[in-house]
Amino acid sequence: MNRKNHASLKHKTDLSRRRFIIAGGTLSGSFLLGIPLVSFAATEQTPDGSSRIGFFIKILENGDVIIGNNQPEIGQGLRTTLPMLVSEELDVEWDRVRIESMPLGIVKTADGYTWKYGSQGVGGSTGLTNNWTFMREVGATGRLMLMQAAAQQWNVPLEQCSTMPGKVICDTVGKQASYGELVKQASTLPLPESAPALKPMDEYRLVGKPQHNKEVRDIITGKTQFGSDIQMPGMRYAVILRSPVLNGTVASVDDTAARAVKGVLDVFPIEGPAPGAPYHILAHGIAVIATSTWAAIQGRKALKVEWTESPSRNDSSEKFWQENRKMLSGQGQIVHDQGDFPAALAAASNVVRHSYEVPFVSHAPLEPQNCYAWVQEDKVHVIAPTQSPSGASRAAAGVTGIERLDIKVDMSRVGGSFGRRLTNDYVAEACIISKQTGWPIKLQWTRDDDIRNDFYRPGGTHELIAGLDDKGQVKAWSQRLASGSKYYRRPNMKDEDLWQAELYTDDFPKAMVENFRLEYFHNFIGLPRGSWRGPAHVVNAFVIQSFLDEIAHETGQDPLALRLGLLGRVEQQPYGNHGGPTMTPGRLSRLLKFVAGRIDYGTARPKGRGVGIAAHFTFGGYAAHAIEVMVSKDGNLSIERIVAAIDCGFAVNPNAVESQLQGATIDGLSTALDLEITVKEGRVVQKNFNNYPLMKIERVPTLFEAYVMNYDETPTGVGEIGVPPAAPALTNAIFNATGIRIRRLPIANQLREKMTA
Amino acid sequence: MISFQINNKPVQFKGAPDTPLLWALRDHFQLTGAKYGCGIGRCGSCTVHIDGKAGRSCITTVSSLEGKSVVTIEGLEGGDGQLHPVQQAWLEEDVPQCGYCQPGLIMTTVDFLQNHPKPSDEDINTNIDNLCRCGTYVRVRKAIHRAAELSAKVK
Repeated sequence: MNRKNHASLKHKTDLSRRRFIIAGGTLSGSFLLGIPLVSFAATEQTPDGSSRIGFFIKILENGDVIIGNNQPEIGQGLRTTLPMLVSEELDVEWDRVRIESMPLGIVKTADGYTWKYGSQGVGGSTGLTNNWTFMREVGATGRLMLMQAAAQQWNVPLEQCSTMPGKVICDTVGKQASYGELVKQASTLPLPESAPALKPMDEYRLVGKPQHNKEVRDIITGKTQFGSDIQMPGMRYAVILRSPVLNGTVASVDDTAARAVKGVLDVFPIEGPAPGAPYHILAHGIAVIATSTWAAIQGRKALKVEWTESPSRNDSSEKFWQENRKMLSGQGQIVHDQGDFPAALAAASNVVRHSYEVPFVSHAPLEPQNCYAWVQEDKVHVIAPTQSPSGASRAAAGVTGIERLDIKVDMSRVGGSFGRRLTNDYVAEACIISKQTGWPIKLQWTRDDDIRNDFYRPGGTHELIAGLDDKGQVKAWSQRLASGSKYYRRPNMKDEDLWQAELYTDDFPKAMVENFRLEYFHNFIGLPRGSWRGPAHVVNAFVIQSFLDEIAHETGQDPLALRLGLLGRVEQQPYGNHGGPTMTPGRLSRLLKFVAGRIDYGTARPKGRGVGIAAHFTFGGYAAHAIEVMVSKDGNLSIERIVAAIDCGFAVNPNAVESQLQGATIDGLSTALDLEITVKEGRVVQKNFNNYPLMKIERVPTLFEAYVMNYDETPTGVGEIGVPPAAPALTNAIFNATGIRIRRLPIANQLREKMTA
Repeated sequence: MISFQINNKPVQFKGAPDTPLLWALRDHFQLTGAKYGCGIGRCGSCTVHIDGKAGRSCITTVSSLEGKSVVTIEGLEGGDGQLHPVQQAWLEEDVPQCGYCQPGLIMTTVDFLQNHPKPSDEDINTNIDNLCRCGTYVRVRKAIHRAAELSAKVK
């Protein structure tokens, strides 16, 4: 269909050329200012006979289009979704589009480092939202310049030109030309002063319609290169033996046998951070470099190392839970207090109070950490699976002392991440080894390395207290949390701010309950911690959504009606945490009613069968689950049916959103069912998938519905949104089936133990 | 020296005979389609075919391969670039998220369908034990059923 001409520059707000560079937030912390405009105008002829329009668009003479992707691909589908936005506005056929990876685009100005391809990095489900306007403007500008080229060639006013997929047409002179014919001239034009107006949504051909993953064919034929697949000339292979005890250091090492292993080239210690100091890498250790991965692993096995007595040597999970309980019996840091919680609780007709334990968990992406690095005298090349290429650049600079402009960072496809690769410790390790040896190095972590050395999702003990009036209305609410904060050992982090990573003050039900208090206690256990998909939302949704069901049960209310009543108290609330600035509770109600309806929530089940629901707002997006389970007399749990729904505002690629919702649901359930990291004598107990058992296909029900429900025209992120409600929907279903309340994750053998006792 | 075949080509391996096939494939033969995920045969990302049967290459030593025939994901496509029916089904169902475990899942499924040409969901549950951290299982199940249909048509 002929597309109307939106080229007239009617859109003169702040859409200057600089916007191309500064669009979006940044994970790096540097603010993006002062880029010379010319740096965007990388219009050039390239050796393959194609021409570029800006950094992102390359068009071949035959009309094939190559779109640059500036963001990490960790399985969330951005390498398909972002080029869809460019293609839509550029007006090209999707099957003529190929995707090309862009490296980190770092430049330096008087104000510091900044990013010529826009902010690069994914976390907090912001990959799409940061680039939603930016990428469409890239495409629209490309289209405008192609039309300008045609208008010049045909000597007609620009206003008389429009486009059809892949070509510019001018009906008044009856001419048309393909983009391939026009691109050479278009690439020589000056960039427009402002971005053209964007397409109205009702004209979208691609966006908003399900598109398959652009790279699926390469993945299923084994051609895709992940970080660990990188092979470079002269490359050596490295592994590291890290301290088995948290915060341990090397006392002595005998590497005679290791060096005798055929293929081993070098062995040397690597210094980790001091206990309590920020992590540049996770642990002290010994690097083994060899001519192959296997030789390096064999060399490592032959090392004889004595480790020093670590200050964490007596850390244990048992001690952690005991300390939490002890702390919770006292007074903590009141981090949020509204109304008069103590008075409201004293006046309550009914008080409900329960505690929950949520364990530390590991990210365990299926591709263990790895990195290629070559540190030369005055430059570095890094190829890494990372969520934060600017973080990789900073990590490399930190351990090599080399100017960041001389550090080239390429991103490989990432074999799962879930927040793990926001931290680039493995990049620092690879750079340390390459710097010391002068060789190009591929560092490979084994699975044991990965499970035992992680920035774990913090474990914690939560106490929830609710006070209800004689009509069953919740009048007072408190969450008291003792946990190991994710912010522990962050640079410049004050102890009194540690809570901020674990309690989000504007989360439900703060806006709905007048007397509301949050209290925090920090546990200094020596485990490293970090961001795990959805961070604190996953943990808090579990406890809050479980507790709501407990309130409903103990006060004779229906769990769905209780939720809808609370959510109905407020039409829209300010939301100051990440994902704001507002939250609309009615969007959660809509999803809850929908999933409850699908699963016949109101219908009673026979004994042993039950249903549960839960909903949560995460980083701007809304999700709800309804789950049906069957529990046998001896406690065997079977998930019978799952109904999941997400409201991400506007789904740019509904196929990718559905996929993320399916995966996020399984992630939430897998983790709740069986996953836990424990510590004994300062050591992480789990080592591999035998004792960190990810869920298998056998536990995924054949009845699995995932619904993508648009709400408005503003997309939110999707990667994390579907995780939080899954676990509480499951445990609420278990309670409904058995009367057994799961207050400690993982579920593991609790049902079998309780039902056969 | 161990002599065997990879993707129908004769090869020789002169490294340590206890080297797992996975690392020989990846580091020595530059075939990186089989992935390292656990090293203990649990996750299935390294699955290849050895004399036509799915095997976990991370726990298969090269020394056990004398005279045998190994097929990796790179050798699954027909010579004419035609996708194997299992790959075709994976394409149609758009299974992968990160994609790391998928070559192993596909190799496992090819062997599974040889023994279960019309698999039930129960057959899938008891036989497919590969791990997918992204949780693509819903689509994996659909793709296995679709692959069974496509394979039946090919025959």
